[in-house]
Amino acid sequence: MPLNKEQIAKRIAQELQDGFYVNLGIGIPTLVANYIPEGVNVVLQSENGLLGMGPFPFEGEEDADLINAGKQTITTLPGSSFFDSAMSFGMIRAGKVDLTVLGAMEVSENGDIANWKIPKKMVKGMGGAMDLVAAAKNIIVAMQHTNPKGESKLLPKCSLPLTGVNCVRKIVSDLGVFDVTADGFVCLEYAPGVTIEEIKAKTAGKLTIAADVKEMTV
Amino acid sequence: MNKVVANADEAVRDIPAGATLMLGGFGLCGIPENCIASLVKKGINNLTCISNNAGVDGFGIGLLLENKQVKKMISSYVGENAEFERQLLSGELEVELVPQGTLATRCMATGYGMPAVFLQAGYGTEVQEGKEVREFNGKHYLLEMAFDSDFAIVKAWKGDKMGNLVFKDTARNFNPLMAMAGKITIAEVEELVEPGEIDPNHIHTPGIYVHRIFQGKDYEKRIEQRTVRQRG
Repeated sequence: MPLNKEQIAKRIAQELQDGFYVNLGIGIPTLVANYIPEGVNVVLQSENGLLGMGPFPFEGEEDADLINAGKQTITTLPGSSFFDSAMSFGMIRAGKVDLTVLGAMEVSENGDIANWKIPKKMVKGMGGAMDLVAAAKNIIVAMQHTNPKGESKLLPKCSLPLTGVNCVRKIVSDLGVFDVTADGFVCLEYAPGVTIEEIKAKTAGKLTIAADVKEMTV
Repeated sequence: MNKVVANADEAVRDIPAGATLMLGGFGLCGIPENCIASLVKKGINNLTCISNNAGVDGFGIGLLLENKQVKKMISSYVGENAEFERQLLSGELEVELVPQGTLATRCMATGYGMPAVFLQAGYGTEVQEGKEVREFNGKHYLLEMAFDSDFAIVKAWKGDKMGNLVFKDTARNFNPLMAMAGKITIAEVEELVEPGEIDPNHIHTPGIYVHRIFQGKDYEKRIEQRTVRQRG
C-alpha cells in the first residue's frame, strides 16, 4: 500500500538528527513535527521569525501575534527566540538551518523543483520557497509520487515554472525513498506492499534501484 | 523634536495618490490596522504597496484592494484573497512577486543605505528574468535592488515619544526592516510611553528611523488560521 500523508511524515522524521535546526514547510512537512523520534532534540525554525516553535496553543490561549509561516497560531518553548524576516532568511541563506522539508508539484532527475505556480491556474506567489531551496544545505521533498491523474511527478524535466535548480537531494513519496544524484533518481526504499515494478512504472525520470534497496520501516 | 501625532488620520495626512508605501506585517500578523483604515477613508489611489502579503478579503490590505486604491503590489505571497485574484486576472492590478527572503533583504538594503545586494533565491527561475547574474565561489547570485519607498507604515507593540520601538513575538517580521526603509516612517503602537520607560537594551528599532508615532486603538488582530490543541 502506498503511504498516507502521516506515514510520509513519519518516515521523514527518521532523518532528523539530534541538534538539528529544521524548517518544515506547509502541508505534509508540518506533520513531521508530530513524529520526532524520542531522544532526538531539534529546534524548529519558522521563517516568519521564530526559532523553537512549540505546539498549537490550548483553546483560549491563541495569540494573534504568535503564528507560524502557515499563519497558524502556535506557541513558544523554553529557549525560543524571535527575529525579523531579514535575519530569518539570513540564517537560512548562511546555511545555519540543517534541514528543510518541503512539498513539491514536480521534481526533475537533476534535482530541480517546481512548487509555486501553475500558469493561468494558481499564482499565489512563492513565499519563502525560493529562498529555502536556493540556500538550504539539505532539502527533503515530501510529495505524492503521482498527480491525481496518475502521472509521474518525478520527471526528466519539470514542466511547471521552477522554484529552484539542482537543489533537491532526497525525496520521500508515498511509494518510497529516493536520492537525487548526478545519475538521476535512486530508489533506496520502497513502501510496504509497493513493488519495484510499480515504482518503475510511476517514475518518468531516470531511475535506478539501489543494490541494497529495502522495505521502508514506518 | 515632536514625532507624536494624534491618530492615524493625522499620520497619513500627506500621503499623496501614486505614492510608494511599505506596509509591515506577515499575513495579518503585525499589520498597521489603524493606518490602513485611514488610507481607505482618505481614498487616495494609484498606490504601489510593498508588503509580504496582500491581506485577505475584507481585512488588511484587502480593504485597499476592494476600494481600488492599489495600482501595484510587490509581495511574496498573495493567496487567500479572491478580490486580489480577480483584479490580477482582469489586468487591473500589477503584481511583482518577490521571494520572501529577497523581499526582506531588499527592505534591509534600503534601510542600511545599500543600493543593491546579490542573492541566490530565484536563480534559474522566472525571478531571474532581466537581472544581472554573478558567480561567487561557484554559486550563482542575482543582483537585487533596494527599494525606493516614500512612506513606510509599521505596527509595533510599544513605542516611546522619541520613536523607539519594540515589537512582540512574530508580529516583528518585516516591521523593523521597513521602519528603517521609509523616507518617512510612520509607526502605530499599541502602547505609547514616555522616553525612558523602555529599557534601551530592549529597543528593536531606534527612534532615528521613525518620523511619526501614535497610539493606535481598537486593534482587531484577526487570526487567519486558528489552530489549537485539546487539554489533557
